[in-house]
Amino acid sequence: MKAFVENGSFKKKMTSLFKDCENTVFKNDTKYLSSLRYKSFQKFLELDFPTLKTADWRHTDLGPALSKDYLQYLNKDTEELDINDIFTCDVHDFETDQISLLNGWHVHTDEPLKQFPNGIIAGSLAAAMGEHPELIELHFGKYADYEKNIFHALNTAFAMDGVFIYVPDDLVIEKPIQMINIMHPSENLMLHTRNLIIMGKNSRLNLVHCDDSTNHQASFNNSLTEVFIDKGARIDYYKLQNLNNDSTLLNSTYFHQERDSRLMINSISLNGGLIRNYTHVILNGLHAEADIFGLYLMDKKQHVDNQVSVHHASPDCRSNEMFKGVMDDEASSVFNGHVLVDRDAQRTNAFQNNRNILLTDKAKANAQPFLEIYADDVKCSHGATVGQLDVEALFYLRSRGLSEASARLLLMYAFAAEIINKIGIDALRNRIDDMVKKRLRGELSICDRCVLHCSQPEQEVTFDIDLSKI
Amino acid sequence: MVKDKNNIIDEVTQGEYKYGFVTDIEMEMAPKGLSEDIIRFISAKKKEPEWLLDFRLKAYRHWLTMKQPGWAHLNIPPIDFQDIIYYAAPKKQQELSSLDEVDPDLLETFNKLGISLEEQKRLSGVAVDAVMDSISVKTTFQDTLEKHGIIFCSFSEAVQNHPELVRKYIGSTVPYTDNYFAALNSAVFSDGSFCYIPKGVRSPMELSTYFRINAANTGQFERTLIIADEGGYVSYMEGCTAPMRDENQLHAAVVEIVTMDDAEVKYSTVQNWYPGDKDGKGGIFNFVTKRGICRGVNAKISWTQVETGSAITWKYPSCILLGDNSVGEFYSVAVTNNYQQADTGSKMIHIGKNTKSTIISKGISAGHSNNSYRGLVKMTTRAENARNFSQCDSLLLGDKCGAHTFPYIECENKSAIVEHEATTSKISEDQLFYCLQRGIDMESAIGLIVNGYAKEVLKQLPMEFAVEAQKLLSISLEGSVG
Repeated sequence: MKAFVENGSFKKKMTSLFKDCENTVFKNDTKYLSSLRYKSFQKFLELDFPTLKTADWRHTDLGPALSKDYLQYLNKDTEELDINDIFTCDVHDFETDQISLLNGWHVHTDEPLKQFPNGIIAGSLAAAMGEHPELIELHFGKYADYEKNIFHALNTAFAMDGVFIYVPDDLVIEKPIQMINIMHPSENLMLHTRNLIIMGKNSRLNLVHCDDSTNHQASFNNSLTEVFIDKGARIDYYKLQNLNNDSTLLNSTYFHQERDSRLMINSISLNGGLIRNYTHVILNGLHAEADIFGLYLMDKKQHVDNQVSVHHASPDCRSNEMFKGVMDDEASSVFNGHVLVDRDAQRTNAFQNNRNILLTDKAKANAQPFLEIYADDVKCSHGATVGQLDVEALFYLRSRGLSEASARLLLMYAFAAEIINKIGIDALRNRIDDMVKKRLRGELSICDRCVLHCSQPEQEVTFDIDLSKI
Repeated sequence: MVKDKNNIIDEVTQGEYKYGFVTDIEMEMAPKGLSEDIIRFISAKKKEPEWLLDFRLKAYRHWLTMKQPGWAHLNIPPIDFQDIIYYAAPKKQQELSSLDEVDPDLLETFNKLGISLEEQKRLSGVAVDAVMDSISVKTTFQDTLEKHGIIFCSFSEAVQNHPELVRKYIGSTVPYTDNYFAALNSAVFSDGSFCYIPKGVRSPMELSTYFRINAANTGQFERTLIIADEGGYVSYMEGCTAPMRDENQLHAAVVEIVTMDDAEVKYSTVQNWYPGDKDGKGGIFNFVTKRGICRGVNAKISWTQVETGSAITWKYPSCILLGDNSVGEFYSVAVTNNYQQADTGSKMIHIGKNTKSTIISKGISAGHSNNSYRGLVKMTTRAENARNFSQCDSLLLGDKCGAHTFPYIECENKSAIVEHEATTSKISEDQLFYCLQRGIDMESAIGLIVNGYAKEVLKQLPMEFAVEAQKLLSISLEGSVG
């Protein structure tokens, strides 16, 4: 079943859609779910859509994206597409277990939700809602703030499918899990992907979350992910975003960290019409640590918006944010970091850093690194810079015989490498490294297909000079 | 040592606000409340020309359509704008020609505040314009300044004597549509200071305004306008105090500065309005709009502020750097104690080429207070080679206060460079330990460290103020750290 979401009377349309769904798609919901949906939907009706005057949205204009007409799939497309025909991930030597979503719906060959011998449960969220109501009730909707954010409310009301991963206590998963969200719509598509990841005590997981589009159709993905990280658990969460220029991605992730847990987020935005990454981390137990890294390389009229909110609710925690961006053409970026240190969160260490390079006069960079601190025994600092490549470094390289273009490329690459080097999976790091080099040389910006989809093997990028002489 | 610390904190938190007295002076007041009639009353009282009344009424009508802003990190109790007296003036019998004729009670008041007009005149060579409640009481040194062609007088006098200048520049930098409190001020402002520095003149002395709220239930809405023509220079100082009262009083001022080619204005403030008692009762709401525009090339505006008073401070001295090569500076020390709240910072809008700005902000919070820095640095597309450096440090004294930093950086030019850095921490144990083991007692050590911390800003103050500011800092803070 499909339904159109037209602009203008957006809320009215959503109301009738919600009514339809109540009798069909949401029919089998548990009591907990249906009351949560109802509450969220009421919130959605109460809240206003953000405008350029809304504090956190001053530089991100959703107007054009919201004024398009969208289709919304209310259940899985009956015409089964073979996902391998549309998309293959061809990162070399990158061995992962893949969970794929096509237009927001889980794609599977056998059963939608698998329970493995070691205890992992992974697969479709829709299936998990039916099969594991106890886990859903414990975690679903517990971390995301659907009461203040209209899109989170909308997502919670309409959450139908997405990825569900449960890692039991004390289990270390060596092989990374890859969540691939492929946009392959035939018409303009709106979707509300919802993911839930539960990490048991002392468990460990590497997760790669890819957003890709395979054609030029416009899409509006209002995605929301909740991640619960229990005591001593550790998750490395990689986000790779590579969408077409007509896509809008609101990628919101809530991380709830317990004592001694560790989180590493590395989000790399390579392409996308409008990307807004909202990351909320709550450090809710002693000695929890969070490292949040981001790299964005934008050109044309793309817009990327990184909202990072870190809430230190317990003493002795550490958080570190580092976001870097290179903006070309008419691209624009926003970094909005917010560190909140509660009164009890003594001995907190929190750092925020945002560095931007503008390559043209039409590119824009906005930074708002906020600190809100109520405890006195803290070490908090933040820094933000917008500028250009270091003139002296450029001169040095040129004095060593590099062409200006090569010198610029080298410096930009060095700028980006600080984030790339944080990637802990070798195959992925090499691939990203390669993609960033290509991106900086302008090769990928002209590639009209999806970036991950381009199937040339990695090539060593040379800088036209003998680097050993430097 | 813990016991010592507590004693010291007690001493500080119980320290009295020494400017909290009330002077019994016969006052002339408007009835409470705000309406077009009140505005007409104020305007008529001041014998204002028609265009100024129009300006006020336009501002008032616009204000009615506005809502009080809620974005600041402040908890502002509702303000009943109908419960405020918008005009209160010391009763004047006749025109005054010299200080001797000023009401002795009034002179006594200013003497108590430590700004003896007489003494100021004789010793320090600072021209003072004293503003009591709504009315400018006396401007000293007018004759000396006149010789240089400098106009320094109360705003009302300027309206009477130099209407062309006032009309040209009023609202040019802070239009009445700018924000809620600027609109309110534009509608009801009563007096303030006016200063015009003609072409090529460097003011031979520092100019100063002293603001005092005396009467109960009044609000103070003064308006200051400073214009420095080509090559002009002036250093301008502003100080303020108010009596201790249980209710909150509103102070919504507007300061506009215009600098032309090669002109420079240095504006220093020591803000010491009554901050409320130690339980957070009473105190002044200080909602001020201060903005300067560098219209010409090589123009410069420098703001220096020491903020120690007021129950709530909402203030963002700004610079619009329109002329090429113009320079904007902002130096601030903001101290909050007990239940004080401050949301203060600066805005630097770079429009011209090669413009430079510096923001140095030091926040110190103690007690249950909240101290926020909020600042915008904007580089527009035209601002080639523009440069900004911002540093905002916060010091936390005690575990019940908050220190916040909200910088906004917007850059639209590739050759512009914006740098922002900030740290938040408590007093370094190492530094304290070092001082202690050298035989410096706890209190002096803390005083030393805090003073050192604020030094970068304090050294920007004119000498007359630096002494007062340092004293204020020590009253508010010395020993409350540890």
